[in-house]
Amino acid sequence: MPDSPARTRPVDAALHTGLGRVLLFIYGVFALSASARALVQILSKFDEAPLAYLLSALAGVVYIAATVGLAIGGERGRRIALVSCSIELIGVLVVGTLSVADAVAFPDDTVWSRFGSGYGYVPLVLPFFGLGWIWKHRPTQPETRDDNA
Amino acid sequence: MNGPLSVATIVVALVLAAWLLLRAALNRAPSRFDLLATAVLGALVAVLVLVAVVGLFGDHRPSDTPTFGGYLITTIAFAPTAIYLARMEPTRWGNLILGVACLVLPVLVLRLQQIASVTVA
Repeated sequence: MPDSPARTRPVDAALHTGLGRVLLFIYGVFALSASARALVQILSKFDEAPLAYLLSALAGVVYIAATVGLAIGGERGRRIALVSCSIELIGVLVVGTLSVADAVAFPDDTVWSRFGSGYGYVPLVLPFFGLGWIWKHRPTQPETRDDNA
Repeated sequence: MNGPLSVATIVVALVLAAWLLLRAALNRAPSRFDLLATAVLGALVAVLVLVAVVGLFGDHRPSDTPTFGGYLITTIAFAPTAIYLARMEPTRWGNLILGVACLVLPVLVLRLQQIASVTVA
């Protein structure tokens, strides 16, 4: 079939390997739970804690982006995944610390509150796996770099 | 929501999770038994969800009904989704997917219990 170029997935797409699919499954669960939680919170009681609920929504969007980025792979997928996993890591650390230090600003839980204790600390661990995946599947340099400088 | 059925579901899910994680660790693809066992757990969960839905029409409705409904839908869909994904991944990772799902299900049941315990009279 010479008429249409084959559409192939980048080799570093997480969908390509079994472990990557497990990672995507877990990311998908968190994308769903974080965004569904935010949706319910914002629709039903936004005035109670706007900051916490907006953070919930941000977390949901970030998890969705990370899931998509890891799934599609390639240069674009990598960049999406790298940015969103980094935001995740910073988010869980900053929000986790703030929610412990200043409980008044976070009266209601987000996925990142108290370092994700409400979710079995998985939100704290997950970005490391995501970033680890990106690191492990970083593109090898095709140029003249035979010494590892 | 707090009856022996929830306890049974949680126990079965945890035992099955241990089995499936062991199978994944031993580098085994999901066998017919693994898939069937997960399907049985899914059936147990479906009964639990059905009981909860019937309970919604009773006197003690959870005050946060939308969240409760959302969790019910997620809970009933969980095992079938995991089985579907595991069938697409006939390697050890398929068993890991099933195992992770069996670990998440007890959490979902506990959350349902939490939400159900706050009722409107």
